[in-house]
Amino acid sequence: MRFDVQVETRPRAGIADPEGSTIERSLPALGFEGIQDVRVGKSFRFHVEAPDEAAAHALVEDVCARFLTNPVIEDSSITVTEASTV
Amino acid sequence: MPARIGVVLFPGSNCEHDAVEAVRTLGGDAEVLWHGDDSLKGVDGVIVPGGFAHGDYLRPGAIARFSPVMQAVQAFAADGGPVVGICNGFQVLTEAGMLPGALQKNAGLKFLCRMATLRVETTDSVLTSATDEGAELRVPVNHFEGNYTCDDETLAMLRAEDRVVVRYVENVNGSIDDIAGVCNEGRNVVGLMPHPERACDELLGSSDGAPLLRSLLESASRASV
Repeated sequence: MRFDVQVETRPRAGIADPEGSTIERSLPALGFEGIQDVRVGKSFRFHVEAPDEAAAHALVEDVCARFLTNPVIEDSSITVTEASTV
Repeated sequence: MPARIGVVLFPGSNCEHDAVEAVRTLGGDAEVLWHGDDSLKGVDGVIVPGGFAHGDYLRPGAIARFSPVMQAVQAFAADGGPVVGICNGFQVLTEAGMLPGALQKNAGLKFLCRMATLRVETTDSVLTSATDEGAELRVPVNHFEGNYTCDDETLAMLRAEDRVVVRYVENVNGSIDDIAGVCNEGRNVVGLMPHPERACDELLGSSDGAPLLRSLLESASRASV
């Protein structure tokens, strides 16, 4: 089966995010108020061939832990959905 | 016989010849090792140099750690062989799990290309054995992702085990606890963001990097006996 995968990575809670805080500091200068806790991450999209969703999820978790994230500083969230057949 | 230092070359490294030149200037022998080879060709010490290995794609060092040569470097280090990662090389060693912590974007989001002053915090490492504790060295930095970070537990361990090798006298990039370089538990693997190989001649503005690389050469000579 073919699955659509989306992985989002972001700095772990408690890890400083210089990019996020720079964006946050610049928002009031542009007139945007009330925006807090800006965190900047990455998004990966790809397809996976696997026997079922659980297997696809397990594979992507392994890829995340060993390659797509640096677990010292980053967290990730994984979304796996069956690819449309069209 | 002079110590032979292998300088690992990844696609995108750009400080390998500076490192080779510095080692030779200090009386050592140096050769470049291609990242796709799985052998270190019997060298006595390894430098993982600066640059942008594999284009810094994904994260600096994230792809380099899968290069065949890194397995040989890991085995060499596990046997006690001296390994020094400079700048991007430090990033590669943290990504490979050979050193704790990680390097993230500089606080202030500026690429830094300037002289920095380092303080030697311990002489018990392959990069500082020929220096004096407390010595202040002028060595240039040249990085965007040099902001050292780690969790509280790791920081406490690094302090307790005296594994912070060099600190910035004036913190240039936001690194936690002013850390510029750390070593592994065996003290034979050291990573640092500043570039000692670019400070081995007064013509370059400083020769304060020389005692650091001389330490590596001495460690490599001892390792080869």
